[in-house]
Amino acid sequence: MSTLADRAAARKRAERSQGVFDWLDDRLGSSRWLRSAMDKIFPDHWSFMVGEIAMYSFVILIATGIYLTFFYNASGAIVVYHGPYKPLDGQHMTIAYESVINLSFSVRAGLIMRQAHHWAALIFIAAIVFHMGRIFFTGAFRRPREINWVIGTTLLLTALLEGFSGYSLPDDLLSGGGLRILYSIIQSIPIIGTWVAADLWGGNTFPGNGDFFPRLFVLHEFILPLTIAGLLGVHLAVLWRQKHTDFPGPGKTERNIVGSRFWPQYFVKTNALLLFIAGVVFGLGGLVQINPVWVYGPYESARASSGTQPDWYIGWLDGALRLWPHWEFRSFGHEIPNPFFPGILIPGIIFAVIYAWPWVDKRIYRDYGEHNLLDRPRDKPLRTALGVAALAFFVDLTLASATDLIGSALGVAFETLIEIMQYGTFVAPAVAGVVAYRVCLRLQRGAVHPIQRPVGGIMVRDAQGGYHTLGAPHAEEHETGDEHELEPAGAAATAVGEGTLE
Amino acid sequence: MKEELVFPKVITGTHGPEEGAGAGTPWPDDVPPNQDDTWYPLRDDPWRARQVEVLIALLWGVTAICGIGLMIVYWTGGQAQLEGVLMFGGFAALAAGLVIWARKLVPGQEVTASRGEHTSDPDERSGVVTSLERGTRPMLTRRGFLLKKVLVPVGGVFGLATLWPLASLGSRPDRALFHTKWYPGARLVTEDGRPIRVDDIVVDGELTVFPEGFIEDAMSAAVVINIGTDKMQSRTVNGFNQAGFEVGSGPNGIVAFSKICTHAGCPVSLFNVLSMQLICPCHQSTFDILKSCEPVFGPASRPLPQLPLGVRPDGYLIATRDFVEPVGPGFWNRGSEP
Ligand code: HEM
Ligand code: FES
Repeated sequence: MSTLADRAAARKRAERSQGVFDWLDDRLGSSRWLRSAMDKIFPDHWSFMVGEIAMYSFVILIATGIYLTFFYNASGAIVVYHGPYKPLDGQHMTIAYESVINLSFSVRAGLIMRQAHHWAALIFIAAIVFHMGRIFFTGAFRRPREINWVIGTTLLLTALLEGFSGYSLPDDLLSGGGLRILYSIIQSIPIIGTWVAADLWGGNTFPGNGDFFPRLFVLHEFILPLTIAGLLGVHLAVLWRQKHTDFPGPGKTERNIVGSRFWPQYFVKTNALLLFIAGVVFGLGGLVQINPVWVYGPYESARASSGTQPDWYIGWLDGALRLWPHWEFRSFGHEIPNPFFPGILIPGIIFAVIYAWPWVDKRIYRDYGEHNLLDRPRDKPLRTALGVAALAFFVDLTLASATDLIGSALGVAFETLIEIMQYGTFVAPAVAGVVAYRVCLRLQRGAVHPIQRPVGGIMVRDAQGGYHTLGAPHAEEHETGDEHELEPAGAAATAVGEGTLE
Repeated sequence: MKEELVFPKVITGTHGPEEGAGAGTPWPDDVPPNQDDTWYPLRDDPWRARQVEVLIALLWGVTAICGIGLMIVYWTGGQAQLEGVLMFGGFAALAAGLVIWARKLVPGQEVTASRGEHTSDPDERSGVVTSLERGTRPMLTRRGFLLKKVLVPVGGVFGLATLWPLASLGSRPDRALFHTKWYPGARLVTEDGRPIRVDDIVVDGELTVFPEGFIEDAMSAAVVINIGTDKMQSRTVNGFNQAGFEVGSGPNGIVAFSKICTHAGCPVSLFNVLSMQLICPCHQSTFDILKSCEPVFGPASRPLPQLPLGVRPDGYLIATRDFVEPVGPGFWNRGSEP
């Protein structure tokens, strides 16, 4: 009987595993921990995958990045190019730039690795921002998860630096221009600015004495990734300790957790996600060109062209530099130059507010308690409105970084666009915030709360064009007929099935 | 043939917070009692289960084929688009198989468990302070405890000393930002080192120039422009009336300005002949040439410094001296030199 044989095999397998874990336990006493690890419960909601997308993009970044380090040569020394890419033949360039050109054209599989690395970086930061948005709008940062909010914000900051430093490594015309601006921003810091810039670049004026690229490289492939990996480890350890939040729903309380176990359900699914992201990243890397540095050409300090864009996550900073008015402060022989304000002060304030948010939120809502169940964004209209306003602010700044492109596409003078977007930094958040607030209130009135009983029934349209729901619970119509306010299901009604979430 | 998939039964039960020994395990409540761990969606439908297994196997077969394809592509010289398609296919098929597996065949149900407590009990909480005090109290409460007073300054001094090597990273900024490589008599040369004569620039023409011998020096980049018969308003900077910085080529005026944007240092590389403006491509600061390159739009707040020009008897354009003010973006002590 095959079933019997299977059973016997299963028993055998279990015995063998027992042997392995006993060996470990004899030495580490690990079984209790391993068991609770395998039994750990993860709630299922699509928005909880976003953090994982960030994490897995980071894994791919490390893998592809290590490959790139074997070929990238961080040297600012000048060479003359003679290689397979003819348009650059005979041009002067740094060895750094040449090594990236060679990686793209002369190393087999080099191009796809390079492009996959770049795509993974774009997705990484997009996922972080999305993840942060879900944490923010659902109140997942509330006690006891303030620590992870702070670590997360540091991760975001580090990831931005990591992205910018990587983008700058090829020493092409675009990234070189970005570095020039960065130098000026650092130089604009009162008192210490010129010192810090000189110490980072070596030498005492831009572009330094050639020490810069090796330093940038160490930052990009050693210091920053290790920082991210370390912080991420703590981030996940804290998550593990505190357990995941969950949306309210049938059978869910502040004191329990509902979901699938780490082993085997969650483990299989999360690996599928890793593989899927890898597929997308390498697919993009092979098929969709990104950062074609050979088109931009090598960096030359006296050259720059318009209509160029940094990577998307730097756009807001570039936009801030464009929108900040032509103010500089000078007195007693000292000045605070213009780039300091949009380049250091504004981002500094923004990150300070982000770091402080969990505590600001506590004061706004006078809520210092512990929360494991998430808010629906509509139930905290003020927080949601502020979040949407902040997003509108960033969209405005990001658009401003493309004023020349948008201007020539629309046939509008860039002066006009800049002026509109300068007003936009105030108007866009205000409008977006008010709209979001209204929408929240409308949604609150309009839909079932997940802890209420899910609505069943059949919707019919009558001769007058109105809608009615047949069957319980009954929906009443208001004003226009498109806005329903639903009677809460009685407390006695037992919750069944899945709640309507989002 | 297999009639059903058999999974070893996982023994479930409580291993929660027992009293006494073993209590206080980190995550005591994760294992809910009495869940059926052998259940999976197709458990009672072996035929469908078999079909799904075959489907997954086929998907993973696609992965294998993509893998072979990748090797062939690589051996035959590599081709990024094909590699992309095959990588996507291989990973995506693998992932799709796993997802179907997880959905249909992986055993286990949604489980509910208590979150447990993650806080320690009050005794532990006060215990930690007791432990801390064991070290600090006897020392710090002793009157006139010398070491505490000594340790702080010693740590400060020595800590500072260990930071000192950081200063080796760069040189002192000194006056580097106040000067460029322009010197009296320096010929204006183009990016490829060719010196230019005063009549090399046509009316409304514009050229990027460097001091002869320093075509690599980023801070010295300048633009020289033939403004034709237009009159340029001159400024007085640091006591220099810049009216004399302009030279003539027949009836036409020739002027030169630093090419480094006073906003954030980009090369001011766009030249609008119609409005006689220089525009910086980075943040669109716009400088009106006929107003001595005053900024008229954008974030820059200072004019581009003007280079004092002269003409050698043999017709070559030269600088008569360095700029009379620091070029480029601002910095803290920019105003400190007369
Ligand atoms: C490198 C970047 C980051 C990675 C890889 C990462 C990864 C993760 C993962 C995998 C989770 C669990 C799954 C999930 O809830 O999505 C998580 C949870 C969390 N993250 Fe992040 N994260 C990053 C950045 C951030 C940022 C920028 C913030 C906010 C400022 C943040 C705040 C949190 C919080 C509060 C939790 C707990 C959420 C809960 O229990 O509901 N993280 N993170
Ligand atoms: S650097 Fe020229 S406008 Fe900003």
